[in-house]
Amino acid sequence: MNSQLALQGVAVSYGDYTAAQEVTLSLEQGQIGCLLGPSGCGKTTLLRAIAGFEQVSAGTIKLRGQAISRPGAQLPPEQRKVGMVFQDFALFPHLNVQRNVGFGLHAMDRKSRAQRVQEMLSLVNLEAYAKSYPHELSGGQQQRVALARALAPNPEILLLDEPFSNLDSELREQLATEVRQLLKRNGVTAILVTHDQNEAFAVADQITLMRDGRVVQIDTPYNLYHNPASEFVAEFIGQGSIITVSVDDTGELDNGLGILDMGHRHWQAGESLRLLVRPDDVEYDDFSSLSLPIVSKSFRGAHYLYELGLPDGQSVPCMTPSHVDRSVGQTLSVKFNLQHVVVFPALKEAQS
Amino acid sequence: MEINTTTTSTQVLHRGRGSFSWRALMLLTAAIIAIPVLIIVASLLQNYSPVWEHLLDTVLRDYVLNSLLLMLGVGSGTLVLGVSAAWLTAMCEFPGRRVFNWALLLPMAMPAYIIAYTYTGMLDFSGPIQSALRSHFDWGFGDYYFPEIRSLGGAICMLSLVLYPYVYLLVRVAFSEQSTAVLEASRSLGKGPWKTLFLVALPMARPAIAAGVSLALMEALADFGTVDYFGVSTFTTGIFRTWYGLGELRAAAQLAAFLLLFVFILFVLEQYSRRRMRFHHNSVQQKPTRIMLKGWRAGCAFLLALTIVTAGFLLPALQLASWASERLASTDVSGFMTLVTSSFTLAAIASTCCLVLALILAYGKRLHPGPLERQAARVSSMGYAVPGTVIAVGVLIPFAWMDNRVDALMREHFNISTGLVLSGTLAALVFAYVVRFLSVSLQTVDSGLARIRPSIDESARSLGKGPLQVLQHIHLPMLRGSVATALLLVFVDVLKELPTTLILRPFNFNTLAVRAYELASDERLADAALPALAIVLIGLLPVTLMTRTSSATAAIHPRAKQLNKDHHE
Repeated sequence: MNSQLALQGVAVSYGDYTAAQEVTLSLEQGQIGCLLGPSGCGKTTLLRAIAGFEQVSAGTIKLRGQAISRPGAQLPPEQRKVGMVFQDFALFPHLNVQRNVGFGLHAMDRKSRAQRVQEMLSLVNLEAYAKSYPHELSGGQQQRVALARALAPNPEILLLDEPFSNLDSELREQLATEVRQLLKRNGVTAILVTHDQNEAFAVADQITLMRDGRVVQIDTPYNLYHNPASEFVAEFIGQGSIITVSVDDTGELDNGLGILDMGHRHWQAGESLRLLVRPDDVEYDDFSSLSLPIVSKSFRGAHYLYELGLPDGQSVPCMTPSHVDRSVGQTLSVKFNLQHVVVFPALKEAQS
Repeated sequence: MEINTTTTSTQVLHRGRGSFSWRALMLLTAAIIAIPVLIIVASLLQNYSPVWEHLLDTVLRDYVLNSLLLMLGVGSGTLVLGVSAAWLTAMCEFPGRRVFNWALLLPMAMPAYIIAYTYTGMLDFSGPIQSALRSHFDWGFGDYYFPEIRSLGGAICMLSLVLYPYVYLLVRVAFSEQSTAVLEASRSLGKGPWKTLFLVALPMARPAIAAGVSLALMEALADFGTVDYFGVSTFTTGIFRTWYGLGELRAAAQLAAFLLLFVFILFVLEQYSRRRMRFHHNSVQQKPTRIMLKGWRAGCAFLLALTIVTAGFLLPALQLASWASERLASTDVSGFMTLVTSSFTLAAIASTCCLVLALILAYGKRLHPGPLERQAARVSSMGYAVPGTVIAVGVLIPFAWMDNRVDALMREHFNISTGLVLSGTLAALVFAYVVRFLSVSLQTVDSGLARIRPSIDESARSLGKGPLQVLQHIHLPMLRGSVATALLLVFVDVLKELPTTLILRPFNFNTLAVRAYELASDERLADAALPALAIVLIGLLPVTLMTRTSSATAAIHPRAKQLNKDHHE
């Protein structure tokens, strides 16, 4: 009841097609949430339902405890006090920056409106562009105007629909961090929609991972990476491979090399499990007795990402500093260092 | 090495000569097309004849005032009709919307002078409406007030009814291209649907509205048939009268120059709006969510759209059909067929000439994209803005001058008088049509060519085909649709064109449009119905073309298309 935003069993459907269903999540005041998932997973639909542009077919959406969407009862978008930053920014082309930002401030008198616009423009560092028109601004500047415009009326929640996807990739990360700082400093509750996990990690406190219209996992970025709830999450978030391992007689994991004894947990002997191996779980070590053949490699600037073959035909990733330059077919000495052992039951279908 | 150098240099030489001849051809075309307008402008510098003073004292004030009032009226009329029709069909959902989407274009098939004749026949004292009123209420002559259709107000109504589609087309495209996100942004910032319409959607469509209204106004200024029939003195009727009645060609040209000034203002406005449309263009990210109209709102929307279509097309078309069928038995069939044949022949010749020149210009521009070539194409397509009356006078002057020179020459050397060889011939008329309608085919061919990616040219050239072979083997086959469209559009425009034909036609040469005009002027409205109906039916062809192609090319009418194209650049 205290949460700023609460979704309870929400479903959105278009005719026979259900874009999102059984979505339950909540966000505290000042928290930044993120709806993450591959395209077509229903994340944008959900965001638009919160904004009031889509109708819910089941469940309720509450903002500060007040129901704003129920089947058959929708508060129109203009009465929700929800700010939105659109993917293409959707600035009004016929209005200058100042008037774009002031657009939602109809309740204020002229003086306090001008003051608020000024305040918002300095918040996003665009005071110098007050009289400019949207087409005269760069992509990053347009995005900041869109942000200022959405924040100006002091919304209960700010919705950001893929706000960085229209920007150059170098700009993206920098702006994502800036946006997070700005929202945090001002105590804004916000939800970001993105398909890019780096953006999600950079901005969000809490990530809701979605797939095929359903919530797969709601967690902090750290937990999502290190403690994925399913193989889908493990594959979607970060890099790595999932290999099939068996449990030996002593209850230790064995991938055929017998090197996985980390003394963490014990499993049922004879069981077959699926183990998540991240690139940083396999360390390059010249003194290791274990050397694995290189199947493929790709250059990542500071690092090389090698794919190493296991005796049973499976492969694991390994990240090395980029001066460790070997060719495909050569071997690499490594040791396994699994700080977080993440295993899934062998029956893949049972998970997802 | 040596051989290599030689080959290269001959190739360069060859290329240089090729581009030179294209360029020369383009510049020549542009120069010839520009002659009539230049002559009209130059007439301002000539002596003003005594007739001019007479005009100044008596009628010029009326011309200016009536033309201004006409523009004001038609401007507001087309604005209200066009924008509301566009808003209903692009932004709302109501029963029949899909049909109205194209039906609202039908009035484009109706030339203004024809709708004027028809309404006059319907609303006259002896017409069906007044007769019905009299017999129903048992009134006699003078017992009641009935608005006089043959007035400035009537002309404004008639022109608005058939010219609003210019606004409708452009604004509908503008509305449907508006990013849904922008409208949603307004909603999420606390503005309801109506406020969003007036604060965001309409202001964003402003350039399209301005461009559409200026196109409609250009047509209104060019109109001769309606104002002439209604006895409203404007520039076009003035020019016609000065030349026909007073035989004063120079004074007519000077009047035409004043009309050009009006047109020029509209032209600048249109160009300016078009430039601004680019900034107002958003990419469409999502299909627009239409406002669902229900109950009485849906009823009102339906009735409004139906009224516009009925008044602008259905009613007059039905009236024409009924008159035509009444008179069908007594029609001189062979006479009518002669009329049709001569009109069609003339239109076919003119549209072919336009097409050839359009191909030269459009292809030259593609082959040698440069500022000079662009300007040549631009100058050649100015005609769409210039009223037919102005072009006719501008064509008459040089042709008459040439005739006199030839005549003098022949008399001097051979002692025979040739009289008027050129000015009274179809050549003058076809030339005038080309000047007026070249832009129509040029823009059609241009946008057809623009759809063929340059890499296709380049691959053909690298496979050893010269420019002409590329044109023949690649472009023409790929352009078939555009070529057919260009031919059809000019064909129909020529059939509809009244003032140019009226001024320049050879003695005793008649077209459907001129015949309808003559019969209507003799108050034989029912007899005028058959040629008028023929024009309307043929006029439907380009409209069906517009409705068949998807909304992306909704503005296929080249005048509108020109806007649309630039808008996407």
